[in-house]
Amino acid sequence: MASISDPQSQQDSFRLSMLLNDTRYRGLTFQFIALILIIFVMAYLGMNLVSNLATAGLTFSYDFLGDPAGYDINQALISYTSQSTHLRAAFVGVINTLLVALFGCITATIIGVTAGVLRLSKNWLVAKLMAVYVEAFRNVPVLIWILIIGTIVTISGANPRAFLTRGGSVEPESEMLFGAFAFTNRGFYSPAVNLGPGWIIVLLALIAGIVGALLWRRHMRKTLYASGKLLPGWPTWIILIAPVVIAQLVLGSLSLSMPDVESNNFNIQGGTVIGKPFIALWLALSVYTGAFIAENVRAGILAVSKGQTEAAAALGLRPRRVMNLVILPQALRVIIPPLISQYLNLTKNSSLAIAVGYADITATLGGITLNQTGKALECVLLLMLFYLIISLAISAIMNVYNASVALKER
Amino acid sequence: MKKTVFLGALAATGLMAGAAAAQTLEDVQSRGTLNCGVTTGLVGFAAPNANGEWEGFDVALCRAVAAAVLGDPTAVEFVPTTGKTRFTALASGEIDMLARNTTWTFSRDNDLKFEFTGINYYDGQGFMVPKGLGVTSAKDLDGATVCVQTGTTTELNLADFFRKNNISYEPVPIETNAEAQQQYLAGACDAYTTDASGLAATRATFEAPADHVILPEIISKEPLGPLVRHGDNEWGDIVRWTLNALIAAEELGVSSANVSDMASAAGDSPEINRLLGTEGNLGEMIGLESDWAVQAISAGGNYGELFEKNIGENTPIGLARGLNAQWTEGGLLYSPPFR
Repeated sequence: MASISDPQSQQDSFRLSMLLNDTRYRGLTFQFIALILIIFVMAYLGMNLVSNLATAGLTFSYDFLGDPAGYDINQALISYTSQSTHLRAAFVGVINTLLVALFGCITATIIGVTAGVLRLSKNWLVAKLMAVYVEAFRNVPVLIWILIIGTIVTISGANPRAFLTRGGSVEPESEMLFGAFAFTNRGFYSPAVNLGPGWIIVLLALIAGIVGALLWRRHMRKTLYASGKLLPGWPTWIILIAPVVIAQLVLGSLSLSMPDVESNNFNIQGGTVIGKPFIALWLALSVYTGAFIAENVRAGILAVSKGQTEAAAALGLRPRRVMNLVILPQALRVIIPPLISQYLNLTKNSSLAIAVGYADITATLGGITLNQTGKALECVLLLMLFYLIISLAISAIMNVYNASVALKER
Repeated sequence: MKKTVFLGALAATGLMAGAAAAQTLEDVQSRGTLNCGVTTGLVGFAAPNANGEWEGFDVALCRAVAAAVLGDPTAVEFVPTTGKTRFTALASGEIDMLARNTTWTFSRDNDLKFEFTGINYYDGQGFMVPKGLGVTSAKDLDGATVCVQTGTTTELNLADFFRKNNISYEPVPIETNAEAQQQYLAGACDAYTTDASGLAATRATFEAPADHVILPEIISKEPLGPLVRHGDNEWGDIVRWTLNALIAAEELGVSSANVSDMASAAGDSPEINRLLGTEGNLGEMIGLESDWAVQAISAGGNYGELFEKNIGENTPIGLARGLNAQWTEGGLLYSPPFR
């Protein structure tokens, strides 16, 4: 730069007035002024906050996180009692949030892709039904859907008492399906799997099955590309399932414990319970977000030129293969970026969990803990930090995936 | 952008706290209305009636304070608050006082920086169950699913009670009384727990109240009372002594029917005279007109009248006076002297 400039002008190259008059500096000047102003405003508001907190006699401290929480939580995947700390209660909430977000994203994607593809179906009825689904769910607030689905689950399920024998004294009104499954207004009961001796071997067999199945798929693909011969797909399932079944039959290390309808007067005990709050929230978030994803998928498919379909058909591919092999892989490039924001939306919408009594992080840390300790600022800041981290993490993961499906520019 | 929003939220919190420190009495007088925090709806204590006017036991206290301060019992802006929002609303200055079945506890008084100005209802936490369950004691509730409002002392007492008795339960956290009622009636929980007065009030609104029983165990002390922010003692005194005036009025036999007669001229009883401002200058001491207590009592009546009209035995809620009788009749109500 310096080498090409004229030494004469170098001498008087910078005068103060140039900050305003010279287009090279003017932009920077204004940005600097704006920055200073923003810093002043922020500092003013920050000082205001600090002095008002001091006036109100409130201190800013996270010590309360170590105190016993004192309340119980209805769904805790890590051990938790009312004597655990507020921090542990927050972790229970974090896990619950992540759980519903993970399951919600998976089902929303399945529902969304299905509905999006079907909305483009040539079958008039199917296409219109999907249009009704998308419009109905997209245009009603998610809180309303959570409440509606929560109410439907509550009303449609039987009271668990209907299944109870109350110590064998009463004939139950309802029988559990196969003596093992029950859908009640408090949740879905199913047998629990007990891990007996040798369960590690069964687990290894399962992993071996998965690896074997993947290898078979790879072999199928290689043969197809090498010789054009299409091997059957059904051995995949046998390779997947056989090792674990054999291991279990030989060792018998896994056993089922059935839900117990005898010992308690109010609820079915034991077994695995998927609570009603989780079911309601999960379903509501899935179908709501699924409607948005359906539109993303439809847009993605429509973005693929019609010539691709025709070319694939001309090669003799059947419609389903055209969709799976030609259209969807290209459509993914359009679908993934908006899909990321739908996943973020779903995760953030899960904060409405308390509407159906689901103990997510907003309900534990941002609800009960906040209320019982009165540490509003501290709790809300932690909550914001958590959602920020989760959202950025989802974005990061999905961006990596996006990069892998994006058009490779070389 | 995210950072800006983050700091903006901080700033908003700071600004809200700024409004809180001002002198509440002057604010109320210059505004011309009292902002009073109440429940989102608990029949008998605070709920809008068919005409949309708020009425109830807690509402009456708001009206009495408004009458004492502004001379007009209708100059009240009722702000419905949930168990979760009530303290933030009060701390931020959104409301001037909170009259919402709020239990007076040590940590709320000291840690949350509020000032409880008395007790207008001595309550305790109970359980309601459908009669069909055949439960006669709360200790039979082992394994039951229990609906409970979040952000309440109830939630903590519930955990303590079951832990102490070494029995298990499944909590269903719920935001408002109305939602809890709906969940309970739909059978999503076996029992509903809250203050016994709240249970009675809730049961009164059921289609078949007789199908539900309130279990005999009262598992906690729940002194409910109005509260204001720390640091504005003049305003705290006004709310405290308005409540005391209503209690003293019942003890002294001053009611909404005879208060205007008694206030028209000084009578035989010096304490009634001082209370009603026909003698001495109590009104001046508290920074109000001399007839402040007359206004408060005329607003809805003395404590006993308010109790009978809103939650007493002749109402659907049907609560007995019990602990809430005057000390002269074996209860706990005891107003310090007006002197």
